[in-house]
Amino acid sequence: MDKEQIFREMKNCVLEGEIELAGELAEKAVELGIHPLEAIEEGFTAGINEVGERFEEGDMFLPELVAAAEAMKAALAILEPLLLEQQAKRKIMGRVVIGTMLHDIHDIGKDMVASMLTAAGFEVHNLGVNVPTDTFVDKVRELKPHILGLSALLTTTMPEQEAVIKALEKEGLRQEVKVVVGGAPVNQGWADTIGADGFAENAIDAVKLARGLVG
Amino acid sequence: MRKRKFEPVRSLLEFRVLSERDILKVHEAALEVMEETGVRFPSHKALDVLEEAGCRVNREAMVARLPARLVMEALRQAPSRYLLAGREPKDDMWIDDKTSYLSTDGCCVDIYDIHSGELRRTTRQDITDACKVADFLPEISYIWGPPVSAQDVPAVIRPLHEIEASMEGTTMHIQPETVISEKMARYALEMGAVVAGGREALRRRPLFSYMQCAMDPLGQDGGSLEASMVAAEWGIPTGFMPMPMSCATAPATLAGNLVVTTVDAVSPLVLMQLINPGTPVYFAAAPTAIDLQTGGYTGGGPEDFLLAAAFGEICHFYRIPLAMGAFATGAKEPDWQAAVDNCFAALMPVLTRTAILNGAGTLNGSKIFSFQELIMDAEIYSMVAKVAGGIEVNDETLALDIIKKVGPGGNSLAEKHTRRHMKKIWQPTVYDRKPYGAWLESGKQGAYEDATEKARWILQNHEVKPLDPRVKEEFARIIKAAEKELG
Repeated sequence: MDKEQIFREMKNCVLEGEIELAGELAEKAVELGIHPLEAIEEGFTAGINEVGERFEEGDMFLPELVAAAEAMKAALAILEPLLLEQQAKRKIMGRVVIGTMLHDIHDIGKDMVASMLTAAGFEVHNLGVNVPTDTFVDKVRELKPHILGLSALLTTTMPEQEAVIKALEKEGLRQEVKVVVGGAPVNQGWADTIGADGFAENAIDAVKLARGLVG
Repeated sequence: MRKRKFEPVRSLLEFRVLSERDILKVHEAALEVMEETGVRFPSHKALDVLEEAGCRVNREAMVARLPARLVMEALRQAPSRYLLAGREPKDDMWIDDKTSYLSTDGCCVDIYDIHSGELRRTTRQDITDACKVADFLPEISYIWGPPVSAQDVPAVIRPLHEIEASMEGTTMHIQPETVISEKMARYALEMGAVVAGGREALRRRPLFSYMQCAMDPLGQDGGSLEASMVAAEWGIPTGFMPMPMSCATAPATLAGNLVVTTVDAVSPLVLMQLINPGTPVYFAAAPTAIDLQTGGYTGGGPEDFLLAAAFGEICHFYRIPLAMGAFATGAKEPDWQAAVDNCFAALMPVLTRTAILNGAGTLNGSKIFSFQELIMDAEIYSMVAKVAGGIEVNDETLALDIIKKVGPGGNSLAEKHTRRHMKKIWQPTVYDRKPYGAWLESGKQGAYEDATEKARWILQNHEVKPLDPRVKEEFARIIKAAEKELG
C-alpha cells in the first residue's frame, strides 16, 4: 500500500467515525515506517478538517463530529508517544485542561467540548468529574495550558468555578492561563461576575471561543 | 437553502373518537334525513337527474328526497383510491385510506406583504408567489384555492386567471374552489385539457380537480352543482365541502353536526355517480361551532378538532377519501393562538388517516394569507408526521447491545448505531433552537423572522418549470372567449 492510499484511508476513517480502524491504520503507518507526524497531518487531520467544514455547512451532525474526534483520538493515542520518543511535536492549536467541578459528576457536555477541541487540533487534558480546586491549580502549574475549562451543571457547584479562579490568583498563576466556564446554569453574566475570560453555550461555540483566546 | 426530505404521511398510531356503533348511528340518521326530509338541489338539471333515478322531487322547493338504496348504491360506485395528478409526474398523489397529504388554503382576500409586512388586498401575482413558496415546501402536496383571490382581475374571468396564475407558481395538482358555474367549469376544463394534451389525457391524469361548497344545512349551491356535473361528465374528481356551524346551521350538539355534515357531503356524491358511475368524488368538510358572542365562524377550537377526527372516521366507513379543513386558524397574526389551533388541527386528521388536509398558510379564518404562516404550518405538519410515525420496537431499535456497551454514565454519541439512526430525529427548519446567546446576537430572531427570510429567499431563488408558450397562447384564447361570453 502506498502512502497516498493510506493517507486517504486515514482521512476516510475519520470522516466515517471508524474508531477502531483509526487505531489500526495508525499502527500500520508505524509498520510501514511512515513518520508519525506525517501520518497525523497528512492523514487524520485532513479528515478532521473536512468534518469541521461539513459540520459548519450543516452537512454533518454532532454525533458524527464526536465520532470523528474519537477516531482522531484513537490514532493520536498510538502516534503521540512515538512523537515524544523522537522528540518531535505535532502542531497544536493550544493546550487545554478541562474538568467538572468538585461535587459535580456531570460529564457529557464537558466531554463533548473536550472532543470538539481535540478535533479542532487542541491538545486536551481531560481531568474528569468531581475535580477538587487544588487539582486544577496543580495541573495548571504542571501542564502550563493556554486554556483552563471549568464545567458546572449544578447551581450548587457554580461557586467552585469562582473558587478555582481565586486559588489561581493566590498562587500567582492567574495571568498564565485563560479561564473559561460552561455548563447549563452558567451564562455570560456569571462569567463576568467571577472574572472568567470567556463563556460558551455549547461545544461548537466552545471551539470558537478557544480559537479566539489562543489566536 | 436546504430542502427537507419528506414522504407522504402514513399514521401508525391508533386513535379513535367514535365507536363503530356511533358511526352506524350517524350513518343511519343521515340516510333517514336524506330520505325523509331531503336535500335542496337548486338546479333543475340536477333535479332532472335525481328524479329520473327515483328520487321524490319537490320542484317548487327544489328539494329531492334520496332513497337509502340509491345512496348506498352510489357510495359503492365511487372509487376509494384514485390519482390527483401534478403537471409533472413527480407531483402525483395517490389518494387512498392510509395516506395524508397537505394542501394550501383558499381563497384569502388580504395578505401580509412579504416585504413591507403590511396588510393589503390580494392580487393575481400573489397567487403565483404563494404557489411558488408552497411548491418549494416538501410538506405541501398540492394547491387548494387559489390561495388568494386575484382581485385585480375582472370577476367574470377571475377563476381562469387564478388557475393560470397558480400554474405559473407550481407544477403541483391544483384544486380551484372558485369555479362555480357550468360555463366557467367548461372553460376551466378546457384549460386543463390544453396542459394535459386533450380531454382523455386530462381524465387519466387530472391535473386539477374541483372543490365545491355545500349550503348547509341540507342543501347545495346551484352554480356549484352544475359546475361539478361538468366535472363528473369529464371524469374529473370533485369534492363538496359542508361547513355546518353548531348552534346555527347545525344543532348545538356535535353528533347532530356530524349528521348534517354527512348529509351535505354524501348527497351530491349521489348526483355525481348518477351522471358518471365510478367518477372520483371526495368528501370535504370544515364543520365547526359559532362563536357564542358574535355568531361568527370561529376557525379553530376544540369542537373543530373533534369534528375533524370524527368525520374522518365516518369517511373511512364509507371508503371515500376526505379533504378536511385543517389549519385555517382564526388568529389574526401568526401567534400563540395560531400555533395552538394548527397543531391540534393538523394532528387530529392525521391520526384518523384523513387523505387530505386543507390548508396551510392562512389567518383570520382563511381570510388573510401569510407566507410566514405557510412556512410555519408546513413545519407543524412535519412534526405531526413524525409523531404519527410512532415508535418502532425491534432488536435494532431497542439497541440493547449499545446500552450494555455504553454502560452506566457513558454516552452514545460516537456509536455507529447513533449515526445509523440519528437522521430519523426530527430536524427543524424555522422552529427556533438557537442557543440563547446566538438568539440575542441575531436580534432575537425566532421562527417568524426565520420564516420571513426563508419566504423571501424562496421567492428570489426557487424556479418553477414555466408553462409552455403555446399553452399560454391557448390560455389567452380561452380566457378571451370566456370574457366575450360571460362579460
